Amino acid sequence: MNFSIYDFTSFINWIDNSLNSYMSPGWAILVELVILGLVFIAFYAVIGLYLVLAERKVCALIQNRFGPNRVGPIGMFQTIADLIKLLMKELIYIKHADTFLFNIAPFIVIIASFMAIAALPFAKGLHAIDLNIGIFYMIAVSSLGVIGILISGWSSNNKYSLIGAIRSGAQVISYELSVGLALLSIVIFSGTLQLSGIVESQANGWWIIKGHIPAIISFIIFLTTCTAETNRGPFDLAEAESELTAGFHTEYSGIKFAFFFLAEYMNMFILAALAATVFLGGWMPFHIAGWEGMNNVMDYIPPVIWFFGKTVVVILIIMWFKWTFPRIRIDQILTLEWKYLLPLNLMNIVLIAFIVLMGWYIK
Amino acid sequence: MELNQIMFFLLAGLILIFSLLTITSRMILRAAIYLLIVLVATSGLYFMLNFEFIAAIQLTLYAGGIVVLIIFSILLTSHISHKFEQPAVANAFAGILTGILGCGVALWSIMKFPFTPTTQPPLEVNMKQIGMHLLNTGNYGYALPFEVISVLLLAAMIAAIVIAKKGN
Repeated sequence: MNFSIYDFTSFINWIDNSLNSYMSPGWAILVELVILGLVFIAFYAVIGLYLVLAERKVCALIQNRFGPNRVGPIGMFQTIADLIKLLMKELIYIKHADTFLFNIAPFIVIIASFMAIAALPFAKGLHAIDLNIGIFYMIAVSSLGVIGILISGWSSNNKYSLIGAIRSGAQVISYELSVGLALLSIVIFSGTLQLSGIVESQANGWWIIKGHIPAIISFIIFLTTCTAETNRGPFDLAEAESELTAGFHTEYSGIKFAFFFLAEYMNMFILAALAATVFLGGWMPFHIAGWEGMNNVMDYIPPVIWFFGKTVVVILIIMWFKWTFPRIRIDQILTLEWKYLLPLNLMNIVLIAFIVLMGWYIK
Repeated sequence: MELNQIMFFLLAGLILIFSLLTITSRMILRAAIYLLIVLVATSGLYFMLNFEFIAAIQLTLYAGGIVVLIIFSILLTSHISHKFEQPAVANAFAGILTGILGCGVALWSIMKFPFTPTTQPPLEVNMKQIGMHLLNTGNYGYALPFEVISVLLLAAMIAAIVIAKKGN
């Protein structure tokens, strides 16, 4: 069996075959599901913890401070200590809350992001499920997360929570449209909804380069709208700490609060990974036609590194947004979406359809 | 029992139990969440049938769209301490009777349909074909209903704005 870090298909097939040779197909599927679940939970824990640390470090850099630097070398273990603290904290019981909905809300938020991450292709052959409607599926399941935020705000029986939840709902429902339309523009270019197909279509160049001006417009729209989708600054009205204490998760404590926190960061990761996959070529290396020497060097870097490298760049841009822009008002947020981004997006899609029809993009 | 069957019974059980809870719950937001579980489990059935397109439509439209709208309107209109009263006995009786009748009609028509098992491999769902048919004016084209529905939705939206503005 020859495994390579450039193509995981043989490795996944080897796991599948060896499991099937030990047990019946039904059990093999069950074991595979359990393995997949454990891998993703571990992935969530690691990525979530280090995204929080990265956020604090980026914030510190922008505000000209050190940031966490006491626990471990350059504060590497700070968030692990925070996690242990959160796990030990008491889960406060709210007397006049709707207990059932109050308890179920963090799980809805985290399940929605868990469903979305399943469709992401991390490298060639390295994805949990390769649906032929990949992008559409991701848009569909990521729209479920807002339900958790809405019911958490209502069931807390707290006016700050309720205002935060309603703001978040209005914002997410509006920006969902632009996220979908911005992704649709690349679907028009590549002619497929399958995420692995979209990555394959970028073998000779990323869509942001091949699709030139319209692709760059939709990339900027996508970055703006996915910042709003994840309720991050400058669109963090749902938890505006200066006016709503903590918005929809005011009443949550301990591990339930940690779930909201984790889901927020994981949603940011998923949307950044989606941006990297759709606009920046996913795990495809950077190629320039004709420069064989450079292309070979680029091919030598494993696809997983390409994927995470691009995702990290997008994440850093989103963090940079948060710490440099002031928070905007709710009416400004809704005006931005309905009066500017949505018409711009629709016109952009018509333009892209025209460009694809005339063949005016780099093939 | 095969894994497929276990999955089917699990999803069907979820749908049955939470449908019942949806209509019997006396707290309106809980009813909406039970409805959400029913709709997500239904999309799970479509996933089981390898018809991912319909499953994703079910998730976007019903779970992500309609349920969010329902929850949003509940958030704006009702308070957490509000609880619906038990319906009058006559109403409950009439409701149960209508339910049984509807269930009977549905069962009767399903039982009448000759489901013939086939050994052919499942067809690939071709997104391009779905798109072509949706915007086609020729045979099997859905362009006209598509446009009529969008005009209807536009009219509904304008009407909603007019009602919300009240006199101004």
